[in-house]
Amino acid sequence: MTATHKLVAFESDKTRPDDWNRPQVIEPDGDAELLEVAMGPHHPSTHGVFRMDVALDGERVIRLKPVFGYLHRNHEKIAEGISYLGSMPFTDRLDYVCPLTNNWAYALAVEKLTGQAVPERAEYLRVILGELTRVQNHASSIGFLIQEMGASGTPLMYAFREREKILDLFEELTGARMMCNYMRFGGCRVDATAGWLAATRKVVEGLPGFTEEIERLLCSNEILMARTQGVGILRPDLAVNAGVTGPMLRASGVNYDIRKVDGYGVYNRFNFRVPLGDHWDVYDRFMIRLLEMRESIKILEQALKDIPAGPVMDSKAKIRGFRPKPGEAYGRIESPKGELGFYLISDGGPNPYRYRVRPPSLMNLTVLEDMAIGQNVADVVLIFGSVDIVLGEVDR
Amino acid sequence: MLGEGILKGLAETAKNFVGSFVSAERLTTVQYPEQRIAPIEATRDFPFLVYDGADWEAGMRCVACQICEKECPPKCIYIVKSIDKKPDALGKPQFYPARFDIDISVCMSCQICVEVCPFEAIKMDTEFELSRTDRFGGLLFDREELAKSNEHYHKIHPTEAAQVDARLAGEKAKSDAKAKGAALAAAAKAAAAAKPAVSTENAAAKPEGAEIKP
Repeated sequence: MTATHKLVAFESDKTRPDDWNRPQVIEPDGDAELLEVAMGPHHPSTHGVFRMDVALDGERVIRLKPVFGYLHRNHEKIAEGISYLGSMPFTDRLDYVCPLTNNWAYALAVEKLTGQAVPERAEYLRVILGELTRVQNHASSIGFLIQEMGASGTPLMYAFREREKILDLFEELTGARMMCNYMRFGGCRVDATAGWLAATRKVVEGLPGFTEEIERLLCSNEILMARTQGVGILRPDLAVNAGVTGPMLRASGVNYDIRKVDGYGVYNRFNFRVPLGDHWDVYDRFMIRLLEMRESIKILEQALKDIPAGPVMDSKAKIRGFRPKPGEAYGRIESPKGELGFYLISDGGPNPYRYRVRPPSLMNLTVLEDMAIGQNVADVVLIFGSVDIVLGEVDR
Repeated sequence: MLGEGILKGLAETAKNFVGSFVSAERLTTVQYPEQRIAPIEATRDFPFLVYDGADWEAGMRCVACQICEKECPPKCIYIVKSIDKKPDALGKPQFYPARFDIDISVCMSCQICVEVCPFEAIKMDTEFELSRTDRFGGLLFDREELAKSNEHYHKIHPTEAAQVDARLAGEKAKSDAKAKGAALAAAAKAAAAAKPAVSTENAAAKPEGAEIKP
C-alpha cells in the first residue's frame, strides 16, 4: 500500500495523442490515501490469469492498470516454425470458447495467400458453424456477466445448457467439442451428413425459445438494470480510436460489422441486421449480445434452408506440402468477440515467414481503464466481464 | 412496478425447476462410472496404429515414412525406421517402424497425423480412461501399446473404417492388376530388342542440353 496525494499519469498516457477523449485523470477527494489493490491474477472474475492493479479512493477507482501475459504460449513464433497446416490446431486454443471462428479466420488468410477457392457447400457449413459458435459464445458470455454480478449460477447454467447442445453438434461433426480443428485451406475436413443437418435444424428451432427465456429472466430485472445501466460508458470516438471491435463497438453505437463490411464467405446472401447500442454502457453490451444471438439464429435458419449439395473440399486443394508464392495476406472475420485477423507473410517456403494474430480480446481490453475510472470497484468486475475476453487469445 | 422484472425472472426459474420433474429429457446428469453416454462416432482423442490380421508386428500397416512425425504440431511422435524390409499387406517389401513412440501427455488430439498418413496406418482412438500412476514413462506409448487391430477400428468408427477398407481393397486390386501388367510388360520387353532403351536415353539427354544453352 502506498500513499500518493498527487496522481501521476501512466507512462502509456504520454504516448497517446491528446485528441483521444480519454476521461480526465481524476483526483481523489481531499487528502485521502490511495489503496492499491491487485485484483488477480487468480481473481474469480478474470476467467483466467489476468491482473488489474487498481488504485482506489474508498470505493472509487482512480486508476487501473491491466497486467497480462501470464498465459503467453509463443503461438506466433511456433507457427513460424511449423507448416501452415500445423498451426490450424493451435488456432483452436486461442479463443477456446469459439474454436471454429479461429479456424475460419486462419483458413481465410491462407486461402488469400494461395488464391485457393472454396466450394459453396463448405462456405455454407462455415457460416452455420460460425453462427452456432457466436450463439454459444454470447450465451456463455451473458451467463458469466450475470454471474459476476452475483447471480451465482442460474443464468449461467441456462446458458450452458444451450451451449451443451451446440457443443454436441460440434463433436458429432468435427470429433471434438472445443478443439475442433475442422476447417482446411480450400474447404472443410469432413462433410456434414443429412443426419447432422437435421439435428442442427432441431437445435436451431429451440434457440429462439432460449433467447426469449433469457429476456424474460433478465432484461427487465431491476437489480440487473441498477447495476449495469450507466456503468462503464465507452464513448464511440474512443472506441473507434482504440481499435475496439465487435459487440463492444456496436454497443457504443458504431455500425461496423465485418460480415456486412467485407461480406466474406457467403454472408452477403443472408438477410440480417446489425444491432446498435445508444447508451454505450454495460447494459447495452449485454443487450447487443442478446440481439446478436437472435440475428445469428436468423442467419442459421437461412443457411440451413439454402445449403447446397456438393463437395466440401476443393479438388485442387492441398493441405500439406504446399509452398505459397512470396507475398502477404490478411484474412479477417467477425468473430463473436470482434475482428479476428491473421496476417501472414510468405517467403516461398513451407512455413510462414511471419504469422501474426490480431486478437479482438486484446484490442477490446485496451479501453478497460477508460471505462473503469471513476466507477466503484465492484463495477470494475462487471465492466471487465462486459468486455468478454478469453485469456488464451489475449496472451497467445 | 418495482420488482416486476424480478418476479418475472423468478417465474422463469420456477418453470425450469418444475419442468425437470415433468420431462425426463431435462434430467441430463449421468452417474459416470456406472452409467455412460453412448460415444459419438466422430469422437477422437489419441492415435493408435492399425494392424491387419492376428499378429500386431507382422500386420502393422505403418511403413515408417515419418510424414506424421514431421507434420505433428506438438512433435509428440518419435519414429526409428527399420534397416531391413518386410512384406506388407500388398506383398511389397517395405520398411517398418523399429520404434514408434507417442507421448500421450504431449499429444493434443488434433488428428493431423491421421490426415497426412498415406497408408491408413494411424487412426484416432476413443479410449479416454488413461490415468497412470507413473508420471513420465506411463504415458509414453511404444508401438506395442499403440498397436490395435482393424477390428477395434471397426468397432469405434464403423462408417469411416468401412470406407478405409473399401479404399485399401481398391488399391490392392489395382496393385494386383499392375503386378500382372508389369509381369506381362517385362515379358514383352524381354522379347523386344534393345532399340527402345537407346531412344529413351536420347530423350533424357535432350532437356539437359537445352538447359545449359541460355
